Amino acid sequence: MKFIVVVLLTALLGYAAPLYFTWWSFAITSFIIALFVHQKAFATFAATFSGLFLLWGIMAMLIDNANNHLLSQKIATILPLNGSSLLLILVTALIGGLISGFAGLSASLARKINT
Amino acid sequence: MRIFGCVFFAAITIVLIYFLDNQLTLNGSKTPRFGFFLSPQKGFWQNAEPANANFNGNFNFTQLLGKTEVYFDERLVPHVYAENEHDAWFVQGYLHAKFRLWQMDFQTYAAAGRLSEIMGDSSSGTNFLKIDKFFRRLGMVYGAEKTLHAMESDPQTKSACDAYTAGVNTYINSLDEKDYPLEYKLLNYRPELWTNMKSALLVKYMSYDLAGYEQDFERTNAKALLTKAQYEALFPYVEDSTQLIITDALPKIKDQPVVTIPSTADSLYFNYKALVAPLDSAIKPDKNNGSNNWAVAGSKTKSGRPILCNDPHLGLNLPSLWYEMQISTPAFNVYGVSLPGAPNILIGFNNNCAWGLTNAERDVRDYYEIKFRDSTMQQYWYNGVWQNAEMRNEIIKIRSKPNDTEHIAITVFGPVMYDPHYPDKLHTNKYYACHWQAHNESNELGSILKLLRAKNYTDYLEATSTFECPSQNFVFADKPGDIAIHQAGKFPALWYRQGDFIMPGFDSSYAWQAYIPDSLQPVMHNPERGFVSSANQAPYDTKIYPYYIPAYFSLYRGWLINRNLSFMQNITTDDMERLQTSFYNLLAEKALPVLLNNVSFSKLNKTEKNYLTVVSSWNLENDSASIGATVFKLWMDSSISKIYGDELNSSGLPVPNVEPAALLKNIEKDSAKLFADDISTSEKETLEEDITAAFKSIVPVLEKAKRDGVIEWGKFKDGGIAHLLKIPAFSRLHVNAGGGVNIINAFGKDHGPSWRMIVELTDDINAYGVYPGGQSGNPGSKYYDDFINTWAAGKYYRIHLYDKQTISSQKNNLGVMIFVK
Repeated sequence: MKFIVVVLLTALLGYAAPLYFTWWSFAITSFIIALFVHQKAFATFAATFSGLFLLWGIMAMLIDNANNHLLSQKIATILPLNGSSLLLILVTALIGGLISGFAGLSASLARKINT
Repeated sequence: MRIFGCVFFAAITIVLIYFLDNQLTLNGSKTPRFGFFLSPQKGFWQNAEPANANFNGNFNFTQLLGKTEVYFDERLVPHVYAENEHDAWFVQGYLHAKFRLWQMDFQTYAAAGRLSEIMGDSSSGTNFLKIDKFFRRLGMVYGAEKTLHAMESDPQTKSACDAYTAGVNTYINSLDEKDYPLEYKLLNYRPELWTNMKSALLVKYMSYDLAGYEQDFERTNAKALLTKAQYEALFPYVEDSTQLIITDALPKIKDQPVVTIPSTADSLYFNYKALVAPLDSAIKPDKNNGSNNWAVAGSKTKSGRPILCNDPHLGLNLPSLWYEMQISTPAFNVYGVSLPGAPNILIGFNNNCAWGLTNAERDVRDYYEIKFRDSTMQQYWYNGVWQNAEMRNEIIKIRSKPNDTEHIAITVFGPVMYDPHYPDKLHTNKYYACHWQAHNESNELGSILKLLRAKNYTDYLEATSTFECPSQNFVFADKPGDIAIHQAGKFPALWYRQGDFIMPGFDSSYAWQAYIPDSLQPVMHNPERGFVSSANQAPYDTKIYPYYIPAYFSLYRGWLINRNLSFMQNITTDDMERLQTSFYNLLAEKALPVLLNNVSFSKLNKTEKNYLTVVSSWNLENDSASIGATVFKLWMDSSISKIYGDELNSSGLPVPNVEPAALLKNIEKDSAKLFADDISTSEKETLEEDITAAFKSIVPVLEKAKRDGVIEWGKFKDGGIAHLLKIPAFSRLHVNAGGGVNIINAFGKDHGPSWRMIVELTDDINAYGVYPGGQSGNPGSKYYDDFINTWAAGKYYRIHLYDKQTISSQKNNLGVMIFVK
């Protein structure tokens, strides 16, 4: 349950923060969530990772579908990802997930220092 | 352990963010900030436009005076209905910015010599600092400052520009970083606010593109390699077979300026010695910036009304140079293509008339060798005294590097473009000032703003008479039945061959002595033959014209257009579409018999004979499937280089191109013997040997093309439309279509008909148009390149000068925008 709450909170605040601040401001919100909702280190990493992975992945996928994969195929040629929209969505989700996950993980370890 | 883990992962997070929030250098070019770029909320995903996007909006802007309605039709062409002219230009600025902001911003950076600010001094093998220095030293900013002054001195132009600039900036100010066009995100910079100066720079960029071609250094080099007779044979003033634009007799005028050849010309100018530094051939406008336009009178059309046609040939890029739109105000109602970056409809039609442009191709840029007192360039020798030069410091900002400053001396002739510091490759230790018509104060935008509201022939004449540079052939037709053509521009009155070579700059005798009076630039109005036309050929009969008018004239398109128009009757717009997209190769019609006549059949092997059969049975059409067109093109080029290569390329320095027409004339007049000096056998044999050897040399190329599956003309020339940053994924490369240089349908490799328009001036105007691009500049939009297939297939869209009621009731409109105060 806690895990799912963290996933949802990470995604929610991870969406809200960049509306007002820079693109990576979700790292701060993930850190804060992990600081307040206590879980084991790995669970925290997995939850904060998943929250952003799902947020970015689903957003990218929705945008991509509405766009008929037009732009993602072009960008996936430049990056280069062999023109694969799916790979580009995965890379997108993974980058969001990793930053969020590591931020969450460091918070979870920081919290344990105090307790 | 815990502390270590916390610090360790916090550090990893910070390092990860740091790397993803900064540009990295890969293979000599900068990456985007990957984290930002991939963020679905901020990065490129935000530029992925939904396929079913609508373009509705309600906007309140305090700068507006009234209400403006914009209807986007099914091709995303806006039809703008404004209550006053100010609001129309404001909304045009807003729409240009909304759909083409990056492109117009980038082009003005290029024109101002500021690309290093965005791109760094070099990126992916392109030396941007070198390009910037070139434009600074050419005096682009210097010229734009004068143009700006002229624009702002004219109340009509100034108010249009002010409203336009306000419209662009209103859009820019409404943007969050997530809304920036894709290229800003890719290159990691932000849009800069628009200014009237940027519009002036855009006008200068057109001058550079269209009135910036000369080969003075190349010609000076050729002069040192050839005798006078050889030079005249290879680089004739005007081809005899030219179909002139203006065939009327020239008016006789009193007080015609007299130009005199300097007394020192024989020894100092028409000499055949000194070598000079080559001009950098990497930065040069395309010589083939040609175009076709014509108008036929009602006497030759089925409807009894004039039909006007135009297809300007320019470098083809994405986002397209053109943005199509209708603008309706109480003062005018006009449809056509606009250049994003200034208030205009450059080519189009209104309720009363239509107009089109081709480039005059006149050479209005010369170089003077300047003798400075010392390397500080403070004083130069002129008319027997040391004159003070003005110094202009052009500061070039370079991304993540210190600034670079170009010190440019300004002489009476203009800015010193070349000095021992530039180019740094071949030190000649000489100084060359550039004298260019585009450095002068003139207001071309003002002419266009007048022309688009022209009601009749008189208005057209008044508008074109103030147009100075880049000089254009303005074709005109109106509903009452007038047709006309006028080569408008400001031209120096020159003596024979003046300015073809670098001129001595030590006194005023080599200066431009006068300008050609307007009356010697006559307009052809309603000629008896029932049509007017231009395709970058000579405007007047140069044998009797009182001045030398150097240019890079074309021959074959104009000839072919006139040959067709003179016999055509009962013309419809369908006939005009066929002519505008014709692949017929008139050069081949003239040249192929000569080549075939001079090839030694017996010396060819079986494969070579097969190719000879292909080209001799070719139907002379440069369509995409033609193999004959490929053989002919290679054979022609190879023959020129075999016959003239020895003489011209001996110095290893650049020389002007020998045109195929010059080769043909030389063979016909037997003057190829002028080049027989260094060849031992007799002349006739030599020509045959050269042409046979030329043919043999192309066969391996053809065989390779055959193996690679690219021997058909469309694939062989491999035309395409590249993104301005040359990013293949944003380009439409390998567009398999016919055409080429000297063909009416001029689509070559990256160059060709940038807008095809046909306007029949019936009461309800019957018009067609297409350009190789799309209305959106966003590579993430389906409207980015959606016209290209239609264009490549030689098809057109019906285009409408709608009234508001009609457009508002169309079913397939893509959106409505309302702008109010």
